[in-house]
Amino acid sequence: MGKTLSEKVWDAHVVRQAEREPDLLYIDLHLVHEVTSPQAFEGLRMAGRSVRRPDLTLATEDHNTPTLNIDRPIADPVSRTQVDTLRKNAADFGVRIHSLGDKDQGVVHIIGPQLGITQPGMTIVCGDSHTSTHGAFGAIAFGIGTSEVEHVLATQTLPQSRPRTMAVNIEGDLPDGVTAKDLVLALISKVGTGGGQGYIVEYRGSTVESLSMEGRMTICNMSIEWGAKAGLMAPDETTFNYIMGRPHAPEGKQWDAAVEYWRTLRSDDDVTFDREVDIDASALTPFVTWGTNPGQGVPLGADVPSPSDFTDPGDIAAAERALEYMALTAGTPMREITVDTVFLGSCTNGRIEDLRLAASVLRGERIAEAVRMLVVPGSARVRLQAESEGLDQVFLDAGAEWRAAGCSMCLGMNPDQLAPGERAASTSNRNFEGRQGKGGRTHLVSPAVAAATAITGRLSSPADLALAR
Amino acid sequence: MDKFTSHTGIPVPLRRSNVDTDQIIPAVYLKRITRTGFEDGLFAAWRNDPDFVLNTEPYDVGTVLIAGPDFGTGSSREHAVWALQNYGFRVVIGARFGDIFRSNSGKAGLLVAQVTPEVVESLWGFAEQNPGTVITIDLEERSITVGEQSFDFEIDDYTRHRLLEGLDDISSTLRHAGEIDQYESTRPDFKPAALPIRTAG
Repeated sequence: MGKTLSEKVWDAHVVRQAEREPDLLYIDLHLVHEVTSPQAFEGLRMAGRSVRRPDLTLATEDHNTPTLNIDRPIADPVSRTQVDTLRKNAADFGVRIHSLGDKDQGVVHIIGPQLGITQPGMTIVCGDSHTSTHGAFGAIAFGIGTSEVEHVLATQTLPQSRPRTMAVNIEGDLPDGVTAKDLVLALISKVGTGGGQGYIVEYRGSTVESLSMEGRMTICNMSIEWGAKAGLMAPDETTFNYIMGRPHAPEGKQWDAAVEYWRTLRSDDDVTFDREVDIDASALTPFVTWGTNPGQGVPLGADVPSPSDFTDPGDIAAAERALEYMALTAGTPMREITVDTVFLGSCTNGRIEDLRLAASVLRGERIAEAVRMLVVPGSARVRLQAESEGLDQVFLDAGAEWRAAGCSMCLGMNPDQLAPGERAASTSNRNFEGRQGKGGRTHLVSPAVAAATAITGRLSSPADLALAR
Repeated sequence: MDKFTSHTGIPVPLRRSNVDTDQIIPAVYLKRITRTGFEDGLFAAWRNDPDFVLNTEPYDVGTVLIAGPDFGTGSSREHAVWALQNYGFRVVIGARFGDIFRSNSGKAGLLVAQVTPEVVESLWGFAEQNPGTVITIDLEERSITVGEQSFDFEIDDYTRHRLLEGLDDISSTLRHAGEIDQYESTRPDFKPAALPIRTAG
């Protein structure tokens, strides 16, 4: 019997296999940021250890950095210490770092692909759960904790138990106005936040093949939101064209050798997955969340659900709690929900294609009086690219704020936070209680819905704007 | 890491599902560069509520958390484990856990004991009806003893072995340094490296 894509990549990285032990996997690339690494570097120091492969390690500053006044010292002394600690650790251990102000700084999952250092067939880890993003290139990529960060720094390996395999088969053309974000939100509402626990998921089918790399990254990014160990997609011409010519892309004969190998990275025809899920992309409409986990979502055209719509007692209790936290009444049309803030950015939707899409909706429009809109490019280069296309001016003319790159309001660690009771439409990945600021309420949306919502002040799609005229 | 063989302590019933790691400790508490001092951030959003279980005696000195399904989902922050440990928890019992949280717990020495939803319900009932009565978790036997009753729990063999022996993962792996060298010698030339630095200028 043949092998799945994930089994091929996994098997190519096994350093050691033993009875009753996890496989020891080699790690091709370790991405590092300021929040989940200080204790790991300190552990190395205390044990007198070095970083085994600084040349396979790449650091940047993203989670705890400001998006305003980035040319000045970070105002919060505790945040400043954390960022300074990463800089010192990178210098002490010989690790490459892209600091605030550097053109290659940005959200760690945006800069890997941008540098062309994220490639098919790799194993990639980072002390961040959205590392699954890199799976869009046909890599096994997953988030790890700080103890594991230390383990990878010291050994360039990780002991890992082999996950089960799952296929998500996505067929059909996405209707106009429906994006990869809507697709993945619809998927999570179908399978639930725990549906992927213990699995590496392969997204496949005609819909996936027709998506851009940006769209593919959006889907793989949210694999963790339904509990999957990792999510990946077979590399194809779209992948190769995206990588070609980027700073760390192979060149000449190495390019040819790499592509020859990459073309073998597909699940064999006769494989069996441990589980399969089917999605009809052609039936989808814009999708938004109403609750406090990414599985609590509905089509934009639907109403806020009632706890009695659910059968599982746990789901009923969770829905009751979510409605209370979100201050929503069952039966209210989602389109009648008004928001205070719109956040466009994050490793889910902070790439140039996302900004172009939102700008295309906002061009020549004004955002609603009562709404503040933050546009936070995923990386410094995305910001520069957007400025070279005049997108910054579109956002500014519409009344939005144009910020520097970073994770920003996605996790509310820097000053970009919701106030208690504030409600946001956010292109990020988590609508957890308090995620974007204590007491803040989050609706996860696509960049297109985010832009339309900013204009009307209530959850809307671009098609709603056209109807209103 | 200290060896973990068994633990006896007061169980704390946390009757909520999907308690993700942002709720265990919000991002604003993640700025410390040590592994200690995170107890103030534990369940920060709920700690102001006088009715929250950790604000109620005798649960405030509990050491065994009885969690709802899908505990520790979301962010990979190991600070969630440290916050529980810094507060005093030694064991978390539940029916379903986020994968990364479970892994982080094993590395940091917090025992994650998996049981059926029915056992969680029994333990919640016991903890609520007998406040302050201790329960015992025996890792050797993979058992939870509650008064006259005993329940089995699940944990993978490898993590159990490491916790029982107090093993450091990195030392174990470094014993196989020769095999890592060997693997590295077979990696294809076209694999990318972060050094020397290349950028788009």
